[in-house]
Amino acid sequence: MTAVAHEAYDVVTVREDFPILSRRLAGGVPLVYLDSANSSQKPLSVIDALSEHYQRHNANVARAMHQLGTESSQAFEDARDKVAAFIGAPSRDEVVFTKNATEALNLVANVLGLAGGELGVRSGDEVVITAMEHHSNIVPWQLLCQRTGATLRWFDFDDGGRLDLSQLDQLVNERTKVVSLTWVSNMLGTVNPVSDIARRAHEVGALVVVDASQAVPQLPVDVSTLGADFVAFTGHKMVGPTGIGVLWGRRELLAQLPPFLGGGEMIETVTLQRSTYAPPPARFEAGTPPIAQAVGLGAAVDYLNGLGMAAVAAHERAITAYALGRLTEVGGLRVLGPTEPVDRGGAVSFELASIHPHDVAQVLDSRGVAVRAGHHCAKPAHARLGVQSSTRASFYLYTLPDEVDALVDGLEFAKRYFGVD
Amino acid sequence: MQLDTLYREIILDHYKRPHHKGLREPYDAEVQHVNPACGDEITLRVRIDDDSVADVSYDAIGCSISQASVSVLTDLVIGKPVAEALTLHEEFLALMQGRGQVAPDEDRLEDGVAFAGVAQFPGRIKCALLGWMAWKDATAQAVARGAVREEDAS
Repeated sequence: MTAVAHEAYDVVTVREDFPILSRRLAGGVPLVYLDSANSSQKPLSVIDALSEHYQRHNANVARAMHQLGTESSQAFEDARDKVAAFIGAPSRDEVVFTKNATEALNLVANVLGLAGGELGVRSGDEVVITAMEHHSNIVPWQLLCQRTGATLRWFDFDDGGRLDLSQLDQLVNERTKVVSLTWVSNMLGTVNPVSDIARRAHEVGALVVVDASQAVPQLPVDVSTLGADFVAFTGHKMVGPTGIGVLWGRRELLAQLPPFLGGGEMIETVTLQRSTYAPPPARFEAGTPPIAQAVGLGAAVDYLNGLGMAAVAAHERAITAYALGRLTEVGGLRVLGPTEPVDRGGAVSFELASIHPHDVAQVLDSRGVAVRAGHHCAKPAHARLGVQSSTRASFYLYTLPDEVDALVDGLEFAKRYFGVD
Repeated sequence: MQLDTLYREIILDHYKRPHHKGLREPYDAEVQHVNPACGDEITLRVRIDDDSVADVSYDAIGCSISQASVSVLTDLVIGKPVAEALTLHEEFLALMQGRGQVAPDEDRLEDGVAFAGVAQFPGRIKCALLGWMAWKDATAQAVARGAVREEDAS
């Protein structure tokens, strides 16, 4: 990765933009929010954008012939422009708003099953995923394979949490129709070599789908050079609201694909016998979309641009490196995933001695430290490492080293509480 | 939140030294239950003999609350008539779902009263109920099979 010049921001000042970060919890303990890979917190500018939209501009989009409708439509489409620019999309029409990344991935999997011609997935075809996927990038492909008779295959990963690419040429072959993988693992934190895998996929004529749910929040993204054909991500992990996700797809592909959901706004004309469909992105946005949420996502993009994604990524690397260093000092702790801060995102899952992750998280919560405990919607990845569940701390642009220290103190306390060393 | 409200000494004791753990034969029904939120799993077997709970055996992976809870369950129901064991199940369920407003009867629930605090931690109620729900399911299956066998015999 080339060094990108960027100005670091002051994390303490940035935290003042996030009202929730100054909250105190039961017992008066300050919140230490280490669950941003699950959902990030929101700056005041995003909260205000939602409120302002509802207070001043609320109306349906694209169909209301009045001033509020015009304003609302404009705001919604402005958000599309902002998102397109943020991810380097060659065209704004390549940005489809969905309700979340899960819906974006289901959209792709469904329309590839429905598509005729060369794009369609059929019996005898193969779909390749990885063993480190979130369930939302596993189940839609299982469903597609069950419906079409296609075969699902996957990349394994090693004990250190890196994809095993030794079988790349065998796994991705002339039968492969789709390769769908996560850019940054939500459980292991691994940053995968998307472009290398995409190159091989394109050699054999396969489409590449990237789950960028954990990548877009923390890395500078340029879909025009990534090598992917489709990229899915969600607003709420990138300081935006819930209820809004994005599917980016190459324009010529989207244009050839059939609709996913049918309804208002996705049509050109409708008779009782049949309908014709609008061009993308409207073809894939049936019904009233999440309007205020899109506006909020636009504000989130503005906020991230204000900090600079290079600076966000640099902070993420620094805080993750600090956390990995501190966590390896904790006796009985085993990090699941890369232990070096190289090609690694800001989610760190671990086991702590023999203490069940629920119990670890409960003890941490009593001290105000919010983490996730369980399988993090990545059961196969846990199974691969021979563990049933884990505790995950995840860091974001507002995380302070002090908060990592609070986590470590909490883990030491948990060991004492449950009488293990 | 006061941790000790949740992690009562009795619970931690059952967690560290669970009673009746391990899968045993013979049994009339075996079930597998999972807590989808965290992936905790239990395999539980029930043997019914003469309308009584003759044995409950289990193998489980899970947190302290789920492990301790199934341990307490086995203490309570083994040796009891099925009908009485089912009313204990109802009482434990009511305690868990009572949002801290239900006063448990120690004469009835014995060590189970230690779980009263769990009701104040909504995220953990499913943990406490994992083994109990598995037991109810297995018992219903075992009773149904017993009824079929009796019919066949008559």
